[in-house]
Amino acid sequence: MNKKVLLIEDEPNIIEAVSFILMRDGWEVKTHSNGHDAMDAVRRREADIVILDVMLPGRSGFDILKDIRSDPALGDTPVLMLTARGQDKDREMAERVGANRFMTKPFSNADVLDAVRALVAEHE
Amino acid sequence: MSTSSIIGTRIREKRMALGMRQTELASAAEISPSYLNLIEHNRRRIGGRTLLKLAAALEVEPTLLSEGAEATLLLALKGAAGSRKELKAETDRLEEFAGRFPGWAQLVAALHQRVETLERSLQNLTDRMAHDPHLAASLHEVISTVTAIRSAASILADTQEIEPEWQNRFHRNIGEDSRRLAEGAQALVRYLEAGPDSDAEVLSPQDEVQAVLAETSYYLEPIETAGEPKAAVDGTLEKLSAKLESDASRGMLREYLDGYADDVARVPLNDLRGAISTLGIEPDALAQRFGVQLPLIFRRLASLPEDEVGPVGLIVCDSSGTLLQRKEVAGFGAPRVAGACPLWPIFQALRQPSAPLRVHLRQSGRENVTLLAMAAAEPVTQATFDQPALINGYMLLLPVREDASVPTVDVGISCRICPRNACAARREPSIMSEVF
Repeated sequence: MNKKVLLIEDEPNIIEAVSFILMRDGWEVKTHSNGHDAMDAVRRREADIVILDVMLPGRSGFDILKDIRSDPALGDTPVLMLTARGQDKDREMAERVGANRFMTKPFSNADVLDAVRALVAEHE
Repeated sequence: MSTSSIIGTRIREKRMALGMRQTELASAAEISPSYLNLIEHNRRRIGGRTLLKLAAALEVEPTLLSEGAEATLLLALKGAAGSRKELKAETDRLEEFAGRFPGWAQLVAALHQRVETLERSLQNLTDRMAHDPHLAASLHEVISTVTAIRSAASILADTQEIEPEWQNRFHRNIGEDSRRLAEGAQALVRYLEAGPDSDAEVLSPQDEVQAVLAETSYYLEPIETAGEPKAAVDGTLEKLSAKLESDASRGMLREYLDGYADDVARVPLNDLRGAISTLGIEPDALAQRFGVQLPLIFRRLASLPEDEVGPVGLIVCDSSGTLLQRKEVAGFGAPRVAGACPLWPIFQALRQPSAPLRVHLRQSGRENVTLLAMAAAEPVTQATFDQPALINGYMLLLPVREDASVPTVDVGISCRICPRNACAARREPSIMSEVF
């Protein structure tokens, strides 16, 4: 069975492009595009890895990640964080709340793919 | 400034005009003739009792000898000396310097003030870049669009045997996103270029509004004389806001003008003039006459033309102590926004909003000027169970009055430039502590 990725991102064309490259690589891709009920999506989808944007409408990616980490059933899901701000402050914040990796926009498709593969492999 | 505006020189001129000899004046002032000689040549700083005695002997008001441009100049020179202590400017000979080289002294003071203005502008500019939500949002938009384009473009470039429908879709996305990117980039450039001219000061919105109001002397005739004050707000705003750089400052000015119109509606100009002619400039009596709170009367008095009511200053702060308005008068200085001297009665009024205060104020560095200060506070929002009312403080500054029942209080401007060494309220060392 294919491994499942949950992509939480609010920019539709980024969703489309990232979904496409992951599907081509053989992943099953689910998407979600706002912060409000992102936790419901994380619980429902039971993904092998979550790609999480920091700036989401409704709720920040940092807050969502905190909830993931404090949920006993989901706590050790690998999370790749995406942000448009490359500041050290954001990177530190991501590490503190428990991101497995942090990637700055604009990223390359290959980097996303490598990161997703590596994080899932590490986790197994 | 002419040489004659220095205290010592003025004393000398006055003495010679009276045909008085140094020894006579010295004995009248109970100082030695040689000390008087040093004073007259601006080689000794004087103040306090000696100044009062000399003034009495010369039969002039002490302020005539001390007040005026040179007090401001000396204060600015002290500030300049304090800002670069390591250069060890000869501050003990400050008055001599200002007296002997008035032009150079003015230049030093002006350059120091320029440096301070530029530093403040730089700070504002840095704040603007770091905390500007519009800039942050625009950049975020540009980065997001670039990310989408990069991703889609590399799919088209790198994917072998891509289905035509996917190919079309990514082509379309790139087209859409590149249009968005172009618009976003243009908006960003427009925004950055719309900043003030490189030569102009970068002012905070509050500073801009204060500058515009200061030009009107705080008297807004169209609102004062309109049949319906509120109706004159839009026109006044339009006229004044030509000089404002930002929407933020226009919004702040509108708020001020709305408040001004409300005040005028409750205490109209002609009624106020009539009441002043019978009651005098007595805020408590005026407040009773109009059935309003003291702060409203303070604001109304501070908005009347100076040729009608004399110099009237007004300081307004919120409950964090941040100064919202500074209408200054000679003899009382205020920092630009925050960091004012906690001894000001306005802050005491905030702590006891129902107990207004009236004191004579003497501000350090301007010891020879005493002002009558009245402070009061009023709630500016409606109290609810969730949020207590927010309170603003108001301090009216009037010329001193002959009234022994009013206590005199010594205060500073702001710790950094305050020479009062033994002060319980000091929160940071003064850059001028060595000067005195």
